[in-house]
Amino acid sequence: MRKLFAVPLALLGAVTLTACAGADSSGENGEVYVYNWGEYIDPETIDMFEEETGIKVIYDEFETNEIMYPKVEAGASKYDVICPSDYMIQKMIENDLLAEINFDNIPNAKKYIGEQYWEQSQGFDPENKYSVPYCWGTVGILYNKTMVDEPVDSWSILWDDKYKDSILMQDSVRDAFMVALKLNGDSMNTLDTAELEAARDLLIEQKPLVQAYVIDQVRDKMIGGEAALGVIYSGEAIFTQRENPDLEYVVPKEGTNVWIDSWVIPKNAPNMSNAEKFIDFMCRPEIAVINFEYITYSTPNEGARELIEDEDIKNSEIAFPDLSKYSNLETYSYLGEEGDQLLNEYWKEVKSN
Amino acid sequence: MRKKLLAAPYTVWSVAFILIPLAMVFYYGLTDETGAFTLENIAAIATAEHSKALWLSLLLSLISTIICFFLAYPLAMILCRMQVNQHKFIVFIFILPMWMNFLLRTLAWQTLLEKSGVINNILSFFHLPTQNLINTPGAIVLGMVYNFLPFMILPIYNSLTKIDPNVINAAHDLGANNFQTLLKIIFPLSLPGVVSGITMVFVPSLTTFAISTMLGGSKILLIGNVIEQEFTQASNWHLGSGLSIVLMIFIILNMVLNTAFDKEGEGNVI
Amino acid sequence: MIKTTAQKIYVALIFIFLYAPIATLMVLSFNASRTRSKWGGFTLKWYAELFENEAIMEALYNTLLIALLSAIFATLIGTIACISIHRMRRRTRAIMIGITNIPMLNAEIVTGISLMLLFLTLGVKFGILTILLSHITFSIPYVILSVMPRMKQLNPSVYEAAQDLGASPARAFFKVVLPELMPGISSGFLMAFTMSLDDFIITHFTKGPGVDTLSTKIYTEVKKGIKPEMYALSTIIFVTVLILLILINRPQKKKQA
Repeated sequence: MRKLFAVPLALLGAVTLTACAGADSSGENGEVYVYNWGEYIDPETIDMFEEETGIKVIYDEFETNEIMYPKVEAGASKYDVICPSDYMIQKMIENDLLAEINFDNIPNAKKYIGEQYWEQSQGFDPENKYSVPYCWGTVGILYNKTMVDEPVDSWSILWDDKYKDSILMQDSVRDAFMVALKLNGDSMNTLDTAELEAARDLLIEQKPLVQAYVIDQVRDKMIGGEAALGVIYSGEAIFTQRENPDLEYVVPKEGTNVWIDSWVIPKNAPNMSNAEKFIDFMCRPEIAVINFEYITYSTPNEGARELIEDEDIKNSEIAFPDLSKYSNLETYSYLGEEGDQLLNEYWKEVKSN
Repeated sequence: MRKKLLAAPYTVWSVAFILIPLAMVFYYGLTDETGAFTLENIAAIATAEHSKALWLSLLLSLISTIICFFLAYPLAMILCRMQVNQHKFIVFIFILPMWMNFLLRTLAWQTLLEKSGVINNILSFFHLPTQNLINTPGAIVLGMVYNFLPFMILPIYNSLTKIDPNVINAAHDLGANNFQTLLKIIFPLSLPGVVSGITMVFVPSLTTFAISTMLGGSKILLIGNVIEQEFTQASNWHLGSGLSIVLMIFIILNMVLNTAFDKEGEGNVI
Repeated sequence: MIKTTAQKIYVALIFIFLYAPIATLMVLSFNASRTRSKWGGFTLKWYAELFENEAIMEALYNTLLIALLSAIFATLIGTIACISIHRMRRRTRAIMIGITNIPMLNAEIVTGISLMLLFLTLGVKFGILTILLSHITFSIPYVILSVMPRMKQLNPSVYEAAQDLGASPARAFFKVVLPELMPGISSGFLMAFTMSLDDFIITHFTKGPGVDTLSTKIYTEVKKGIKPEMYALSTIIFVTVLILLILINRPQKKKQA
């Protein structure tokens, strides 16, 4: 056994040398802690930011708003820039977790981000004081044309026995309930127990048909042909179609969620001014367009949209939908402490059933 | 004096990083948001969704433990009879998979079990009907057995090697057949290894959340998933701690069982 | 004869079971297609890209650093603890061993959570340090478990004899006791290193922003689509360990280790 001792040591020696190169120290102008969704930025733009400003970016990713919140609330992990969605921003504002943004230090924001997105943001940030829109979109169904014969235009297809084990649902409370509530014709921000219970029962009824509850994996599974139908964010549509031309994205007729993910700065941010620099940098049209082309989520940055070279994408109905054409669109709002708990309770019941 | 000095570092360490943290779990589990004493978080196990998750976890981990035992015992016996000078090598062969990350190994099973995965491809190659393998309780059991089997093999193997061959020979000389020897001599003597193997498989299976997420498609909620989500998503530490206390009751039962058989107090892990 | 053949087949089947997924990962590391479900031809590009991937390299560095440091500290603390526990009175010893068993027998999720609560209450910044402290904590029991049996076998009169022959207590310890304990210490070290390397759950709860070990990195990647570079890295690690193992074991075949 003593000689086995040598195994880890030798291995360590061999790899540490190569690994050391990867672990560089903090930047000359400090650091900025960024907390963003998975696969939600082109790593290239981070490198460009680091190079230009000398600020080291410490980048971390979350899967859902619900996973992000406790980490920020607990305060053990202090971030400088976070990118939550609408209703979560509202929750953070109400719980006094966010700092007011000094827009004088982020001139690009007001300059390039379209007026309509600021108006839309007022639903959760009434005075546009706390957030800078980064991406927006809808939630819809992505389906594989070779596996689904009938036209897809309703959430109800996710309850069709024919597609047993070929349906992917979102593994996040709000999105899952949104689908069921919309199908019942209810508001997705309802606090009515009867409506929520009906939605819960509908989700329980659907469960045997569902292949898996996943989040970002919907993308890979749909590209790989693992499933026929999946609930997905509109931003993934262009990317997945590029990888697998059989895929098609639709917004069901019962309506859906229109969401905005925005940059915010938490109150306890240790590097406030670096955070402002970071947000301002990301609002530059030439940077925003790089990110758009990488993640393919709709950008609220008008300047960036001008820079898109591919005319098809620039005018794509999926990338930049004309929202007035759809009915029953809503944006999530924060349901309050009790509403959150109720929904969590129901979601656990769905999952444990 | 020197004796006390030697004991100091570990005593301090275990108080700071074992006992105090554990006390905090109990503190959170037995209080509500206002800090007042309550048993509500523990009673919460009785709600339909929590008790379902707990029973399912108990059932799946029990099945995994039994499967592990029946796979590992014969294997340990066979290995034990092989050439003596390869002991260390054998032990190492079973630790070796651990150098391939635990999550990656589980992910590999995903690739094998998927709808268009390796196993189904092989099946359809032979014109056999494809099977729905992934995201079932069976897949989770498989993941548990796969990940924790080495923890059953090693302690059993260790306790078997410690048995004096003369005892077995004596049993044979006294007219016992192979089966009788196994049942009356070998098995009782290997019991400490079996018990510690059971602990090493049962506890991690009971409390896992990664395996059920990866191989169960988040469709199957185990008690580990519930606790993890209370901390990382619902940010209800009190409820999460309360459920952890419930979980610990099962672990303590297991510990009691373990110490009853392991009188030497040395364990048989390696 | 039939019996031994059956035995061999049985061992072989268990081996296939244990190593099939690993073989799958190795094959995937040469797959040109990005998705796992399609074979896109043989390629070595993931190996090239692996060394370009800063995030993975940093996670690897963190993993090895934490594994090495935690194994060293755990071995030190654990060995000292063994010596002191061994000398304790029966009752105290039983209590100490009971406490020692807690992190090993307790659910990892509870250990992880309890440490998270501790660090949060103390206001420690989550990062390498918190992971390291946690790893040392759960590694110590493994060291104690492998050193303890050696300690028991140790004949106390040897140590006394050395002192009678004029050796100072320290000298007697390093020259007589330590060499006897060495096999237990080194296997404890190896165990601690391996445990730290493979840990996910406890790291998941005690890690800080932007600090990832391979495990937590893989967990996030699993959820958003894993990069084939990860397969390449695991293949390299695995093959390296395997080769070293074979090299080390070959001359050992004749004599007992």
